[in-house]
Amino acid sequence: MMKLTIDGIEVEVEDGSTVLQACEQAGAEVPRFCFHDRLSIAGNCRMCLVDLEKAPKPIASCAMPAGDGMVVHTNTPEIKKAREGVMEFLLINHPLDCPICDQGGECDLQDQAMAYGRHFSRYGEHKRAVKNKDVGPLIETIMTRCIHCTRCVRFADEIAGVEEFGAVFRGEHMEIGTYVEKAVSSELSGNMIDLCPVGALTSKPFAFTARSWELRKTESIDVLDAVGSSIRVDSRGGEVMRIVPRLNEDVNEEWISDKSRFACDGLSKRRLDRCYVRKDGKLEEASWAQAFAATAEALKGVSGDQAAAIAGDLADCESMTALKDLMTGLGSNHMDCRQDGAKLGGARAGYLFNTTIAQIEDADAILIVGADPRWEASLVNARIRKRYLRGGLKVGVIGAQRDLTYPYDLLGAGPQTLGEIAGGSHDFCQTLSAAERPMLIVGPGAVARDDGAGILAAARGVAEKFNMVRDGWNGFNVLHKAASRVGGLDLGFVPAAGGRDVGAILEGAESGAIKFVWLLGADEIDVARLNNAFVVYQGHHGDAGAAAADVVLPGAAYTEKDATYVNLEGRVQRTRRAIFPPGEAREDWTILRAFSEVLGNTLPFDRLGDVRARMAKISTSFETVDSVTPAAWDDFGTTGDLSGGAFSGAVDDFYLTDVISRASHTMAQCSGLFVTGQQGKTGTDG
Amino acid sequence: MLSDSDRIFTNLYGAHDWHLAGARTRGAWDGTSELIAKGHDWVVEQMKESGLRGRGGAGFPTGLKWSFMPKEPDPRRPNYLIVNADESEPGTCKDRDVMRHDPHILIEGCLLAAFAMRANAGYIYIRGEFFREAQNLQTAIDEAYEAGLIGKNASGSGWDFDLYVHRGAGAYICGEETGLLESLEGKPGRPRLKPPFPAGAGLYGCPSTVNNVETIAVVPAILKRGAEWFSGLGRPKNVGTKLFCISGHVNQPCNVEEEMGIPLRELIDKHAGGVRGGWDNLLAVIPGGASVPMLPKSICDDVLMDFDSLMAEKSGLGTAAVIVMDKSTDVIEAIARLSHFYMHESCGQCTPCREGTGWVYRLMQRLVKGDASVEEIDLLWDVVGQIEGSTICALGDAAAWPIQGLIRHFRSEMEQRILARQGIPSGADAPRAA
Repeated sequence: MMKLTIDGIEVEVEDGSTVLQACEQAGAEVPRFCFHDRLSIAGNCRMCLVDLEKAPKPIASCAMPAGDGMVVHTNTPEIKKAREGVMEFLLINHPLDCPICDQGGECDLQDQAMAYGRHFSRYGEHKRAVKNKDVGPLIETIMTRCIHCTRCVRFADEIAGVEEFGAVFRGEHMEIGTYVEKAVSSELSGNMIDLCPVGALTSKPFAFTARSWELRKTESIDVLDAVGSSIRVDSRGGEVMRIVPRLNEDVNEEWISDKSRFACDGLSKRRLDRCYVRKDGKLEEASWAQAFAATAEALKGVSGDQAAAIAGDLADCESMTALKDLMTGLGSNHMDCRQDGAKLGGARAGYLFNTTIAQIEDADAILIVGADPRWEASLVNARIRKRYLRGGLKVGVIGAQRDLTYPYDLLGAGPQTLGEIAGGSHDFCQTLSAAERPMLIVGPGAVARDDGAGILAAARGVAEKFNMVRDGWNGFNVLHKAASRVGGLDLGFVPAAGGRDVGAILEGAESGAIKFVWLLGADEIDVARLNNAFVVYQGHHGDAGAAAADVVLPGAAYTEKDATYVNLEGRVQRTRRAIFPPGEAREDWTILRAFSEVLGNTLPFDRLGDVRARMAKISTSFETVDSVTPAAWDDFGTTGDLSGGAFSGAVDDFYLTDVISRASHTMAQCSGLFVTGQQGKTGTDG
Repeated sequence: MLSDSDRIFTNLYGAHDWHLAGARTRGAWDGTSELIAKGHDWVVEQMKESGLRGRGGAGFPTGLKWSFMPKEPDPRRPNYLIVNADESEPGTCKDRDVMRHDPHILIEGCLLAAFAMRANAGYIYIRGEFFREAQNLQTAIDEAYEAGLIGKNASGSGWDFDLYVHRGAGAYICGEETGLLESLEGKPGRPRLKPPFPAGAGLYGCPSTVNNVETIAVVPAILKRGAEWFSGLGRPKNVGTKLFCISGHVNQPCNVEEEMGIPLRELIDKHAGGVRGGWDNLLAVIPGGASVPMLPKSICDDVLMDFDSLMAEKSGLGTAAVIVMDKSTDVIEAIARLSHFYMHESCGQCTPCREGTGWVYRLMQRLVKGDASVEEIDLLWDVVGQIEGSTICALGDAAAWPIQGLIRHFRSEMEQRILARQGIPSGADAPRAA
């Protein structure tokens, strides 16, 4: 601990702190542009100058290590003048086009110019103009506004792990950009927009659509992957205008993936805003009463054993609870929330990311089995990269070779390699034995296949063999890519004894054993196999499921309901309603509640609290929100044959994984550029 | 005046053979291993006692700088010696002559300095434009390797020392020590934040010391002839000999080794054949390379050429590049040209220098023509004050000082030019309000 005196106030700071941190601790406000907590120190904006006694000139507080006994002044006339000077320099070549700048209202330069600048300019020469760069469909650049703080460059290098941004040229000709003009190929690129303290990098899809002060801000949770990043939904009227990250140290820090951020235009496209009933092979508009009547009619004569339900990747816990109780009421055991066919279930520790995202930072060796964290759970990957940057991390991968933004050893392609590690004959065993806090990550590519249960058991064996599960540390992790999965497993939305899982339901529908299927937002299955059954599709987008349905019931998207999701760590989190569902669409659990009444078997839920009480009854994990309770190590997985083929990459197209992103114009552009564009090589590639 | 027997650079003008054989006749590589035998700390102590101050411009005591290096280097983080041969300060051409005419004393100095700071490797970062110099230097290094003077068991001393020449690409900013390190590592030459200082984390994050060519080249002479001999030359705290580069409006521009503290007038008159048209035709002198403030004739008459005397006149010794301007000079345009240089050479990393140097240049362009108001001289003073002292490296200061020297000593010239353009006869009171 070191003692400093800041503006006459004595503070104690930890060793390794900077003067800026000491100033903050003393409550002294120090302006800054280039400094950012999560990035390396550049010290180039010179806005954070403070006066250090016995120093010959003002010091950049962000870069100066705090020293015991330092006496610092942040509010002397000299410092005021120095700040005015820096501010003036920053503004002389800045276009001052605030009225047409999207950063207006949330611009650091604007705010600090008001607080620390002079209210006039002495600059009468010509201003510099800089050519804009095309860095892809997500980021709009107006490079004349750039103040060269290099936050974006450091973000790309450090957090995103793509060294594609940099400064070229010297002096006042210095320009920030991709050296060769190209789209930034990072799944986290949107965060540069938040980091940019001025309007040089702004959101391209959001450009000129709204001013920040017109937006209603709703704090919520992202559901487009299983990470459950904290987000803020900015809406105006009945439309979600943009989505930005919210600080959550335990989950996403202050980043979100590009899909979470930019897929929001999909929320207003291809929406189901009324009921449809299929008549003569065509879906026709219907009222709620007609749709329910048609559904109830179809259920007549269908026994419980002939009815099934599948919950999709975006389903919330409330609606799964209601659907589960409805199906149970019908006498059906055929329900599954694992659209991808993952062989997960049993003990809670067997399907959670037990280590938790934050504790990845404590790990020193990671074995990744059939997972592609960069595309399946981008922020888990970002956390692994953060840990890697600190040094001393060893990563081994069993699966396909992909760029994970950090180096790793490719140990093998399929289950055999996992078997070798479990058997102790593989070289990587030494790394795992030597590690103090080893981690194992099993991904969908390993468990969503026929021999998934065996692989899971083998992974469990590896975890136990290398002492990954012990007091205070659980290194066994399952990586999910769907927001609904852990919640569904917690609620037991899986076939009970004698019930059919997804594969068996589809089979049954083909063979005629299943006559009625309720799809709760399930689109990522082969719906053509349901042709023989009566299909009810409840969801919010007109995608594959709705097209195959006999009755379509319009539900609410995650921005339109107060709903519960459980992220891959087992963290119970809640979305908040930012806008109302379009047209006649309703919150999903209320649809099920209303339909149960039509069936004459009314679910006992009259308000949201009733459903949540029921959820807590099914699983105590729902009793606490926003925190993680370590799961007990218990039985899961079934020992099996490990001779199957190579693990597949589970995400074909990161930008088009769900109904919302598939409806998004922005995501379609990204997919075309980054995914199909890369694959579609020309004839000159040889 | 320095006696010939006290000269260190005895082949400054290339009159003799610069190869190893020739250098040996002048005393190079004589008794090097005996010096090394006296130990690391003895060398450092001798340097401290000699009072040598860095010859690159800042004048930091060399022995003290060396003593900052770790005494027991971590084998994973070895110590490095780096020689700054990126001589780019306008007006300066001393290191260039050392490297092409007397490279062996530099190489011998490198071995001794590296030994003192416990470095087994040294890098000479040479300005890209110095093509022949780099060739000579490399040839001399090859000769030294061949003769066993450097390399494994250098000069039979038991100390291993490898020396490499790295050619820069000709950027002024790469002469700044941390900019040089960045460039040496293969990155753009953008100075680093200090702290950490290079002695803690320099080249590749390892402890490093960056010294000027002249500083290193005088080391063998100091150790061989004794610290007392060196500190006996010059004035207190400003000791030893120094290479002066005299250019501009003199009859015989030259490089010359002289005693520190020699009067400026004597330096010019004795070695450079006097000011063109006589001393009374002198207008001003920039005494230490482009970045130090100029001095008008009145000060030049009796100022002494050393760190502290020039500091007292609000200028500096810098690299001791004396740029002489006689009365035919348009002093405003001369400084405007320098402000263009600094705008061009700013790395663009930090705000005051990136934005300020361009502003200053544009203001100066108008002041050259008198196309400005008198108040804009005050604005210019204020702007350079805002650059000075608020940047990462000293380039900001270097850009500010020439302007400050101009305004301090030639403000009336600047005002006259503005008034003349406005058609107001000289001698009239300047209208103050715009």
